[in-house]
Amino acid sequence: MCLSVPGKIIRIDENMNMAEVDVGGFLRDISLDLCPDVSVGEYVLIHAGFAIQKIDEEEAMETLNFLKKMAEME
Amino acid sequence: MKFIDEFRDGGIARGLIQKIEKSSSRPIQLMEVCGTHTVSIFRYGIRKLIPPQIQLISGPGCPVCVTPNSDIDYAIALSRRKDVILVTFGDMMRVPGSTSSLLKEKAEGRDIRVVYSSLDALKIAEENPDKKVVFFAIGFETTSPTIAVAILHAKEERLRNLFFLNSQKKIPPAIFTLLQSKRVKINGFILPGHVSTIIGSDPYQFIAKEFFRPAVITGFEPLDILQGIWMLVRQIEEGRAEIEIQYKRVVHKEGNPLALRKVLEVFEINQAQWRGLGWIPESGYRFKASFQELDARNLYVEVETPREHPECKCGEVLQGIKTPLQCRLFRIVCNPENPVGPCMVSVEGTCQAYYKFQS
Repeated sequence: MCLSVPGKIIRIDENMNMAEVDVGGFLRDISLDLCPDVSVGEYVLIHAGFAIQKIDEEEAMETLNFLKKMAEME
Repeated sequence: MKFIDEFRDGGIARGLIQKIEKSSSRPIQLMEVCGTHTVSIFRYGIRKLIPPQIQLISGPGCPVCVTPNSDIDYAIALSRRKDVILVTFGDMMRVPGSTSSLLKEKAEGRDIRVVYSSLDALKIAEENPDKKVVFFAIGFETTSPTIAVAILHAKEERLRNLFFLNSQKKIPPAIFTLLQSKRVKINGFILPGHVSTIIGSDPYQFIAKEFFRPAVITGFEPLDILQGIWMLVRQIEEGRAEIEIQYKRVVHKEGNPLALRKVLEVFEINQAQWRGLGWIPESGYRFKASFQELDARNLYVEVETPREHPECKCGEVLQGIKTPLQCRLFRIVCNPENPVGPCMVSVEGTCQAYYKFQS
C-alpha cells in the first residue's frame, strides 16, 4: 500500500497547491500540500494523490554510476 | 519510465549478484519489512538469484494485513448505518472481518465506495451533505500525512459530515517488537523506502544501537533491492551494525519534515493493535482533542465481538515466524479467490505473493 511512483511536473496551479504530472505517459492531478517546493520539469514521488518527495536526479545518477562501475569491475 | 527502467538493468544486476556471492560467507536471514518489497522480490525472482544461504523473510509491512478484525468489524458496522457512506482504499474491500467483509456488505446494498486518495473522501462529503461520510483511514507513515492533510482541509472547510475511522500504524515500533521476540531470528533488515521517505533514518537507530543489527533503507526496483542486500551482507561480514540509506534519490536523514508536522498537527502518538503482534506501545495515533469531532469512533454503532479463523496463520506469517507453506489452509482452502485471512487478500500480503509466484 506504500506503492509510490515517479512523475514529472507538467503544470503547477499555485492557488490550489496542485500540479499536473506525467506518470509514464498518463496525466494526473496531484496535491503539492506535502511537497510544495517543486518546479515544472522536476520529478516527484507520488503516493495516494500527493507528491511526497522531490526525486534527486543527481543522487539517482550517482547511485547508477556507482553500480555500473562496480559491475564493470567484475 | 525514468527512475524505473534504469534500475532494472540486467547487466548491472548480474554484477551485483556476483558481489553478493563473493561477500557472503555464512547463512543469514534478512527481513524485508515492507509488503511492496515482498512483491518486488517475488516479481523479479530475487530469492532465486541470490545465494541460497541468504534467506529473505517477509515482515509485517502490509497495512491491510495488520489491521485487526476489531477495526474491520467497526467499519462494517458503520457501513450498515443507513446514514453512512463508507469510503475505503480498495485493498480493504475483500478482507474478511469476524463474520463479513466490506465487499459482502456492498453486495447487500450498503453505500461503500473505493477511493485512491484521501482527498476523494472530501469530495464525496461535499457532494453528500445529508450523509455521514466515513473514511477508513489505514496505512503506515507513507499514507498518514495524506490523511492528515484531508483532515486539515475538512476542518478548514468546516465539513461537518466527514469522519475518519483511524487505524493507522507506525513501522519502527513494530520492528522493535519483532526484535524483542525470541521466536524471530533476523540478522538484518531491508527497511521500507517509502515509509522512510517521510520519517527519514533517525527513528530506526535503535535497531543498530540497542539490538546491534544492520539495516538498509532500500528502494523497490531490482537494482535497489540487490544493492540493499549487498550492503547488508557487507555490514554483517564486517561486523558492523548501522542504519544505511541505499534509496538516496528520495530518502534523506530527516525525512519529509513538513509531512511529519502535518501528522502531528492532527494526531498524537498512541498504542495500536496489530494483527499477529498485539498491542504495541506508540505504534499508532489518536485524534488530538481539537480534532475530536472528526473521529468516527464517536458515531454510535454496535460492533460484534471479534473472532479469528482458528487455522489462519496470518499473524505468525506477519512476524516472519511461519511461511505460508506452513499453513494448512494455504492453497487448499485459502486462495486469492476465497481468502480466509488478510495476508491472502492484499496484493502485498505474503500469502498472496507466495500463491502467485511460488510454484
